[in-house]
Amino acid sequence: MRVSTENELAEAIRDARGPLRVRGGGTRDVGRPVAGEVLDVSMLSGIALYEPEALTLVARAGTPLAEVEAILAGERQRLAFEPGDWRGLLGTRGEATVGGMVAANVSGPRRVQAGACRDALLGVRFVDGTGAIVKNGGRVMKNVTGYDLVKLMAGSWGTLGVLTEVSMKVLPMPETEATLVLEGMTDAQALVAMTRALGSPYDVTGAAHAGGRTLIRIEGFAQSVAYRTGRLERLLAPFAEMQIEVDAEKSRRLWRTVRDVEVFRERAGDVWRVSVKPSDAPEIAVRLGGEAVMDWGGGLIWALVPEGTDARARACSFGGHATLFRGAEATRRILPAFQPEAGPVASISAAIRRKFDPRGILNRGLMAPVDQEVSA
Amino acid sequence: MDMPQADMAILGRKAEIVLALKAILPEDAVISDPAETRVYECDGLSAYRCAPLAAVLPRTTEEVASVLRICHQAGVPVVPRGAGTSLAGGALPTADSVILGVARMNRVLEVDYDNRFVRVETGRTNLSVTGAVEADGFFYAPDPSSQLACVIAGNIAMNSGGAHCLKYGVTTNNLMGVKLVLMDGTIVEIGGAHMDAGGLDLLGVVCGSEGQLGVVTEATLRILPKPEGARPVLIGFDSNEVAGACVADIIKAGVLPVAIEFMDRPCIRACEDFAHAGYPDCEALLIVEVEGSKAEIDEQLGLIRQIAGRHDPVEFRESRSDEEARKIWLGRKSAFGAMGQINDYMCLDGTIPVSALPHVLGRIREMSRDYGLDVANVFHAGDGNMHPLILYDANKPGDLEICEKFGADILKLCVEVGGCLTGEHGVGIEKRDLMHVQYSDADLEAQMRVKDVFDPKWLLNPAKVFPLGASAGRRAG
Repeated sequence: MRVSTENELAEAIRDARGPLRVRGGGTRDVGRPVAGEVLDVSMLSGIALYEPEALTLVARAGTPLAEVEAILAGERQRLAFEPGDWRGLLGTRGEATVGGMVAANVSGPRRVQAGACRDALLGVRFVDGTGAIVKNGGRVMKNVTGYDLVKLMAGSWGTLGVLTEVSMKVLPMPETEATLVLEGMTDAQALVAMTRALGSPYDVTGAAHAGGRTLIRIEGFAQSVAYRTGRLERLLAPFAEMQIEVDAEKSRRLWRTVRDVEVFRERAGDVWRVSVKPSDAPEIAVRLGGEAVMDWGGGLIWALVPEGTDARARACSFGGHATLFRGAEATRRILPAFQPEAGPVASISAAIRRKFDPRGILNRGLMAPVDQEVSA
Repeated sequence: MDMPQADMAILGRKAEIVLALKAILPEDAVISDPAETRVYECDGLSAYRCAPLAAVLPRTTEEVASVLRICHQAGVPVVPRGAGTSLAGGALPTADSVILGVARMNRVLEVDYDNRFVRVETGRTNLSVTGAVEADGFFYAPDPSSQLACVIAGNIAMNSGGAHCLKYGVTTNNLMGVKLVLMDGTIVEIGGAHMDAGGLDLLGVVCGSEGQLGVVTEATLRILPKPEGARPVLIGFDSNEVAGACVADIIKAGVLPVAIEFMDRPCIRACEDFAHAGYPDCEALLIVEVEGSKAEIDEQLGLIRQIAGRHDPVEFRESRSDEEARKIWLGRKSAFGAMGQINDYMCLDGTIPVSALPHVLGRIREMSRDYGLDVANVFHAGDGNMHPLILYDANKPGDLEICEKFGADILKLCVEVGGCLTGEHGVGIEKRDLMHVQYSDADLEAQMRVKDVFDPKWLLNPAKVFPLGASAGRRAG
């Protein structure tokens, strides 16, 4: 089923006789496999408003992310949270949409400095599970009028409502960037170096460790980047041999590989995404076994483990959560894709889902095990 | 501003309720003598007052849970209170409610520089969070003007902003986790030292929920390494329009100052009379602050000077010393005090798209003539968060009502041009009955459903945020 307007979407949801699988570009196939008729919203497309001087962009949910990034680049602006392209990692095709990006709260390496997708979101419009059209937030940067359902919708994977429009804060592109590349450190050493960099006043916008290389990024005006690079070079000199990538395009390429977790592309095994307290990362990476990439200064671990591995059982208890990000359908049916939540949080989340989608028809069971859900 | 009628049955059970509270709290934590409960009759929106049934000042999360359990069982509304600095009536009680103040819970529980967070009890003042970490080179970014007095609990309830949020974001962007007590006494932990939610982002909806979803007793807050330095410049213009255009150009040029503050002539004058900051005599004034090392600051200020130069400023004043920097901020920081000295005023808080600034300022000037009340404007220009101060005379019968009507018209204008009713102060009771201007019934229904989940009996701060008519059925049930 395809819809091309918000009203059509509302009608389609109101009239739905069974579960629906919400689909934007279809590039972010994560979570427990969902049954139901496909509800394709990619035709709800187009940039509704872009005011560079107000750092604001409003786009319909089905707008290709590439289209948004292109129009921003034309004004030397960008989405600061650096949303990743997961097609390579997940083996999906199609065109990523802004709605999908918001539904999955996709946030790249710059999360440590510029915040997540949810932090850049100013407003949403969506159709809930009853077919009601709801708006929340707006298009201005400061807005505390009523509850913040914008954050609630970000990362709700289409289980509370189907997004039709999102409004975002955008930021200027820096004049240039540079990356310090430190070679040959263990996870534990890298964590200490990244922590040192992120705890410095030099406004680091990326700190990652992959394949034995540790990357530290600085962005801004040329003189300022040169100054801070020099400072960080001195700060990190005791840790490892270091090269400095001052070519902005090459630096960008380095970070694209981190952002899109390219090292696990087309490699056999399941991929888990584990969100942790940064200082816990090296030890958890060891417990997970397999191969690990650390982003967000250690706060985010991407782990490649043998198929069918229960990474949560291996990690034991820790503050944070683990998502089975890429796995065979069989594994995804057995292991909950999203971390099962503790008592009251689980019941609050389930109750919110029931309120927004009383019939349980929107991406039913994608995030939470089915026993927490009401029957349709 | 209407408040619901007090429940006579609850008023009649006061002795019994107080006794039950005294049974679970230390002697000094329950206040019920009418002479003493008067302290809690209002917050920063002092035009509205009502003493509560009782006030409690617990010292632990467990005590908070016990209080809520008792009130839940007894069907008594609870109004959470931080420092009582709300400008929107967020902590205004009703006669049949218990005030639950967290002011005695103000400890720092954990400081973790490696993972860049602190965990504090929420009765701690905003400024003293930074105070706990600044000797080690860190700070907590959100900086509401009231930061000396206001506490983290209220900051979370209202999702407070501040002058520096253009770069660092508001409370919600700096909040990593909370310990929350629900109305039925259940203690819930959401988030923590990791950087995102594993399921639905409940933290995101708790922040800014104005004390209606639960009482936050502990918070994990992101701290940041202090920049090497910061320096403001002051730029004067002979029209609001030109100052607005200059702000737009600075932002478009890719400079991201940490703050861009805007003051118009009436405000400049009042500040000058009050603080003698040496501000130029002009129509509009910008204070722009940038951060970094000395060389980085010079580079950014050079750019700003270039951009401002294209708009023929009447003054471009750089600060050569800390003392000069302090003087530039002095007038701005004393703006509210200055206005308070010459007049009673109502401070509004709508946000507009930056592009609508000249139009909105022009309309406010016209309305000011029509209503016969003066307005001074001081606001965060980088993010469009306005603070028009409407001057009125509290001793003149009818003036407050005219002022409120004028204020409502300004807020309607903010929404009309694509903005919102409140950028950082919250809805409280003040903007409650204007919510329909911004939101449809379905929009409000979606928000109220969230409260239904956290507080099914609608006992927590019930008469706030939503128009009384819209929430009537729920509050009665």
